[in-house]
Amino acid sequence: MKITQGTFSFLPDLTDEQIAKQVDYALARGWAVSVEYTDDPHPRNIYWEMWGMPMFDLADAAGVLAEIRACRVAQPDCYVKVNAFDSTRGFETMRMSFMVHRPKVEAKFRLRREESAGRLVRYTLERA
Amino acid sequence: MAKAADRYKAGVLKYKEMGYWVPGYEPKDTDVIAVFRITPQDGVDPEEAAAAVAGESSTATWTVVWTDRLTACENYRAKAYEVQPVPGIEGQYFAWIAYELDLFEEGSIANLTASIIGNVFSFKPLKAARLEDMRFPVAYVKTYKGPPTGIVVERERLDKYGRPLLGATIKPKLGLSGKNYGRVVYEGLVGGLDFTKDDENINSQPFMHWRDRFGFCMEAVQKAQAASGEIKGHYLNITAGTMEEMYKRAEFARDLGSCIVMVDLVIGWTAIQSMSNWCRDNDMILHMHRAGHGTYTRQKNHGVSFRVIAKWLRLAGCDHLHAGTAVGKLEGDPMTVQGYYNICRDSYTTKDLPRGIFFDQDWAGLRKVMPVASGGIHAGQMHQLLDLFGDDVVLQFGGGTIGHPMGIQAGAIANRVALETMVLARNEGRDIRNEGPEILATAARTCKPLEAALKTWKDVTFNYASTDTSDFVPQVSVA
Repeated sequence: MKITQGTFSFLPDLTDEQIAKQVDYALARGWAVSVEYTDDPHPRNIYWEMWGMPMFDLADAAGVLAEIRACRVAQPDCYVKVNAFDSTRGFETMRMSFMVHRPKVEAKFRLRREESAGRLVRYTLERA
Repeated sequence: MAKAADRYKAGVLKYKEMGYWVPGYEPKDTDVIAVFRITPQDGVDPEEAAAAVAGESSTATWTVVWTDRLTACENYRAKAYEVQPVPGIEGQYFAWIAYELDLFEEGSIANLTASIIGNVFSFKPLKAARLEDMRFPVAYVKTYKGPPTGIVVERERLDKYGRPLLGATIKPKLGLSGKNYGRVVYEGLVGGLDFTKDDENINSQPFMHWRDRFGFCMEAVQKAQAASGEIKGHYLNITAGTMEEMYKRAEFARDLGSCIVMVDLVIGWTAIQSMSNWCRDNDMILHMHRAGHGTYTRQKNHGVSFRVIAKWLRLAGCDHLHAGTAVGKLEGDPMTVQGYYNICRDSYTTKDLPRGIFFDQDWAGLRKVMPVASGGIHAGQMHQLLDLFGDDVVLQFGGGTIGHPMGIQAGAIANRVALETMVLARNEGRDIRNEGPEILATAARTCKPLEAALKTWKDVTFNYASTDTSDFVPQVSVA
């Protein structure tokens, strides 16, 4: 099973043309777009590596696509995602986040169960 | 008003003459304002009825009391200051009433409601009364902590952005054993849902004690997280007979690693505020099921509008709130429901009479509540739901997941694919309201579960007239 993090993980991998349209949607709303990558897609791994700074004040998606392509080439065995950040008061958070690259072999996780008193189980997710 | 000596002579005066009717009064920024819909008894003057509501929801009793003179009584009297007939409905009036801030204890919905809806709804000179909306001054809002998590932090904890969240309520809602119940949770979550949910009346019955349910459900949640690499949750309903029992259940949910617990509205305001505090201390999302609200929110002539309940719940502090679907099986005019959603999600709510909102409301940095759309909705309505409600909503397809002809996982896949397809299309600039069915049909060509879902439920709609709609004509000017 593939990792289903991100907004469009249940759809076929987005083409660059589709990615550009999503980036345009974000830019039209004044959101800052950034690219991040990781080889550790554990769901609690909040801080993926930043592929450069978030891109503020872009006119179109071309610059973002260039960064995505460069990141894919440099980190082919990583997950790469695009985030769109909204600095509006009351949000000040990400408004979109979707995968744009996956490694050939998807990461898998194993559930470790530490049995405790009664029926209490302490669960931990670890990389399989 | 009469001179003081006459005003305080023992006996009975009209409420209007006791100082509760102040036409033209300009509410202060620090006043709490309420607008009631009142139906006076035949022969009762609407202004007198409005004054009576102001009186009975603040300082008045039925007769003059000299002890008023030991207080700054004019300050404490609520002031009815405007009455307007309800357009198109004879015998009903909107009445605006302003309350001095000092009438209310800080941070207590119990205290607020004991005043505003305490005695007045049983008052004989009125045939019926309904609290339509309230405006709270910022100073009052700041006495509440509000949602323990809020939309922004919930998304950051779940790492889910840019789309509605997906849920399902486990069915049948009563009768499953813990082990079988957990199976439904697992199938739904591993299929692609973000959340599954206990129903409002699942607590600790003979067929499934609460500890069994919690254990099996959390095994299911954790297994689905491992399979998908995504954070998932099951709203464990911790509603119980006493606070002590609720705390016990909440702690067990926490110890099993749950990110969310659930309570029913029927536990009451004080219990809700206590559980909200507990959730704050334990990094827990608080899901509110509005069980029972229909007894007092649905009929337009009497009760409390759900928009007021939503405001109270945002102050009291819940993170998720069932706020209607507009297109599903339960009551809800689309505009009125959008009004509830705005109350949950705005930083500043502006007056919007077609959506039933009478006042501007500054939420003063209070976190936002995630509305939940649940009840008789299915994948074929995805374009309507996304168009009506946008991204910040949990869409819950219970029967629409579990009743899928190819099984629960397939039901979940169908919903998730329909959702992501529609978000993608909307962002690409497609007109989803009109092209929605075609967009879904195209996606279904490469997704068997979606194809089956669309075929099974294609003609299911619940087109009944709503009982609770806005009666306000937009051009009427409102103070």
